Amino acid sequence: MVEGILVDGLIFALMAMGVFITFRILDFPDLTVDGSFATGAAVVTMSITGGLGIFPGLLLAFLSGAAAGTVTAVIHNRLKVPNLLAGILTMTMLYSINIRVLGGRANVALLRVDTLISRVINLGGSVPREITLLLFMIIFTGSIKLLLDLFFHTDMGITLGAMGNNEQMVISQGVNPRTMKVLGVGLSNGLVALSGAMLAQYQGFADANLGVGIVVQGLAAVMLGEFLFRSNKIGMLTLQVIFGAILYKALMFFGRYYGYYINLTPSDLKLLTGLLVIASLVIAKSRKNKPVNSSKRGGGTNA
Amino acid sequence: MIKLENMTMVFNPGTVNENTAIRNLSMTVNKGDFITVIGSNGAGKTTLLNLISGSVFPTEGKIRIQEKDVSRTPEYQRASFIGRIFQDPTMGTAGKLSLEDNMNICYKKGFKGLKISLNAKRRKIFQQALEPLKMGLESRLKDNVGLLSGGQRQALTLLMTVLSHPELLLLDEHTAALDPRNAEIVLELTRQFISEYQLTAMMITHNMKHAIEMGNRLLMMDGGEIIFDVRGEEKQNLTVEKLVKKFHELRSKEFATDEDLLAR
Repeated sequence: MVEGILVDGLIFALMAMGVFITFRILDFPDLTVDGSFATGAAVVTMSITGGLGIFPGLLLAFLSGAAAGTVTAVIHNRLKVPNLLAGILTMTMLYSINIRVLGGRANVALLRVDTLISRVINLGGSVPREITLLLFMIIFTGSIKLLLDLFFHTDMGITLGAMGNNEQMVISQGVNPRTMKVLGVGLSNGLVALSGAMLAQYQGFADANLGVGIVVQGLAAVMLGEFLFRSNKIGMLTLQVIFGAILYKALMFFGRYYGYYINLTPSDLKLLTGLLVIASLVIAKSRKNKPVNSSKRGGGTNA
Repeated sequence: MIKLENMTMVFNPGTVNENTAIRNLSMTVNKGDFITVIGSNGAGKTTLLNLISGSVFPTEGKIRIQEKDVSRTPEYQRASFIGRIFQDPTMGTAGKLSLEDNMNICYKKGFKGLKISLNAKRRKIFQQALEPLKMGLESRLKDNVGLLSGGQRQALTLLMTVLSHPELLLLDEHTAALDPRNAEIVLELTRQFISEYQLTAMMITHNMKHAIEMGNRLLMMDGGEIIFDVRGEEKQNLTVEKLVKKFHELRSKEFATDEDLLAR
């Protein structure tokens, strides 16, 4: 049971890191995620069942997600549409595209075919499959996290970090903010699609509705993570997101498992997620009002 | 070095809110000039800097940087020539990033690649650069800039801008939001950096005394025009009284009282 939650959480953490990049680093609330998550699942499923192979399929899933993010950023950049609307547009269009990718069906199974997950389980031999999977996902998500940390230490990554904070500064330093938005939203959705691709293999099917409401879940995970500890180091921030994702999955698990005592059904979980986000916002707001903890201390014009 | 040719800037043309902020303005900024710009609110000082930096494009007229027409060049491309500091100390730095990250972004202008250039050597350079500020910032490289005071932040912005060696430094009332003591410190640093790095600079100020004391050239703006352009010895001999008198001479037909100079 614990292993299941952890594996679930680690797959989910990839998506949450994507949401973290757009919402927290770029300050670009991106709703493309709801579509690109399913895109990743659909692309990897069709790649595997179509015989393209697992790793090309994963790469293709990442790239298709990145492409979706790029579309959102370009709509926002070129047409001067608010970022929320740009994301909703892409998300809506992706719904049709995802069904196209799945060959006109809303649901395609990945059973009885070789996937990354089944290969890993076979690799484990006599080790219980949950343990093997857990170890694998720790390595997989961990490596992605480290790669991401590394990226945010590069000049480009640091500049991306400044984007959501102070776009004028980025412009003043001779960097095109549009390029940075494309990069950031693209990278974010690439991770989201990769997460979808892993989930499809884990649960054994891809579904066009897989991503509905997922952006709010990702946001909940990011916010839960932020309560754990405080830091301004990127390595710690991405770690927060992973912990937050696992915590979120655990909460939802208990919601499903014990919820029936208080008459909760699985369909109530989205309501719970929303309430969780609202509660996090309220707590974060009341924390910010305490002068000592405020990150804005000393800033502003009243020096 | 920088030439403005018959620049006109009209905001909201053809509407009731139509506003001509710059009226057929021509001027040349020579290399090594340190120009102070004064004028009442709405005179077009900030719009002039906006036009030069490229955050707005002129309705009519041309702007050239080193003979190259940049009238339609976006701001981020012109940024490799121009360093700009705003009145708001939070505009020049990213508060959620550490000091060293901020300095690293500004160290080299232009597109940022996938290199990791923030290393021990770079940190050393930053620490040495921070020392002359005498604010103790050299030991706070890992702190978020959001924790600094407005004065520290503006001094840091100034330092970072200077370190990137801009051809032209634009200062838009960069001390106006600071308390008098910090304003004095930042102003002194400005004076020091400009002479040390031999920068070409334009500084908007509301303080006539500063405008007279600093720089080698003074522009007085009104109604979107440069009404008085004085340099060299003639500028050295200016006093606040002479400047006010000059203003009245130049605008005697339009304005009757002293208040107009400040109120408009």
